[in-house]
Amino acid sequence: MDLELMINSFPRLLNATVVTLKLLSLSLFFGLFIGLLFAVMRMSNNLILNRFAYGYSYLFRGTPLLVQIFIIYFGFGQIEFIRNSILWVILKEPYWCAIIAFALNTGAYTSEILRSAFQTIKKGYIEAGKSLGISSKIIFYKIQIPIAIRQSLPAYGNEIILMLKGTSLASTVTLMDLTGVAKYIISTTFKPIEVFIVAGSIYLFMTFAIHNFIKFLEKKYSY
Amino acid sequence: MELLAFGKTGWGDELFYATLMTIAVSITAMLIGFLFALIFTPLKLSKFKLLNLIGNFYTTVIRGVPELLVIYLFFFGGSGAIMFVASMFGYYEYIEINAFITGSFAIGIISGAYSTEVFRGAIQSIDKGQFEASKVLGIKKHIQFYKIILPQMLRLAIPNLSNVWQITLKDTSLISVTGLVEIMRQSYIAAGSTRDPLFFYSFAAVLYLLLTFLSMKLINRLEIKYSRGF
Repeated sequence: MDLELMINSFPRLLNATVVTLKLLSLSLFFGLFIGLLFAVMRMSNNLILNRFAYGYSYLFRGTPLLVQIFIIYFGFGQIEFIRNSILWVILKEPYWCAIIAFALNTGAYTSEILRSAFQTIKKGYIEAGKSLGISSKIIFYKIQIPIAIRQSLPAYGNEIILMLKGTSLASTVTLMDLTGVAKYIISTTFKPIEVFIVAGSIYLFMTFAIHNFIKFLEKKYSY
Repeated sequence: MELLAFGKTGWGDELFYATLMTIAVSITAMLIGFLFALIFTPLKLSKFKLLNLIGNFYTTVIRGVPELLVIYLFFFGGSGAIMFVASMFGYYEYIEINAFITGSFAIGIISGAYSTEVFRGAIQSIDKGQFEASKVLGIKKHIQFYKIILPQMLRLAIPNLSNVWQITLKDTSLISVTGLVEIMRQSYIAAGSTRDPLFFYSFAAVLYLLLTFLSMKLINRLEIKYSRGF
């Protein structure tokens, strides 16, 4: 055990944790909107929208996240049209490519979570709203969404933790996140166990924090 | 389509073998995972606090740490650990373990943590009466497990195990960082030499979709088989 290395690498790994957290929060933020959009599409009666949303979630849940990042980072740069467009400003940055891939990926899982949450809402709530003369738009925003969010909290908590682990793949497209820096230190010092313990503890700490935060929210919004 | 031709002109045969490699690693990892689950499920269900703690430590740490970090640990630390054990037996030469074994082991340990949780849940949801009834009938402990508990447990576990299989299959793509030539690594090589990453990574995605689709079909049949009588 090289205690000195563990202590020395801790601040560097902690700095890299900031990158991980930034990636996580941005992808979750965009992913939530994508998820909500596709969940609504999945529930629509329009067959094309419905099939499209189904295909989207099937595609992103059936392939590894690594493939998705590589297609966006390495693949899209190949298309002439994208390279000449304004999109290139974003797509040439590995940082944004990773966030796009993560957001699309978590969006697919989130849409499934939200869809099942929407489907478990009792019809009575919507009917009660209708009979009170509330417009269906307000029923959706004020009744369906709050209930669905409460219903999907436990599953969404798991998804946040999966996404936290998913951000480690950013290191494959040259980003120096927590896993990226950990790998760099391992490959320069050849002390994998020590670095794994420090980096793993940071990840575990974040997992516990997320887990407990979701538990707290569940309790707060329980009915 | 030329790019996918078999033989020397295209990447068809290379990608075909890479797909077989992905399947081989996934199955090996899944089996190693079952082995770990076999050890750790009883620990998690044990009455002894210490054994309980060990079981929980395993599943919590593995499920809370990114897969890639675990793979790096095995990739960089694997031969070191083996050499350390070998040195205790008086063998000091350099030992290199091949990427297949390191990769399958790393993914297997991850898959095992998920399998352990599935088996624990399945055993806990079996009616207590089943255990008691077989005890009353004087059935031996190991026959009780194989003939009464296991068949019922499998029925409950198969849907969740199919999720674990999907996770394992997708996780094998991460082994490509160790240089094992599976779908991802082969696509990386092909994309590099043809400068056509979009095509090859999209094709890799199609291959993974095909694998997940086909395995779902197979598992559904298993599920029907094990839920006879319910």
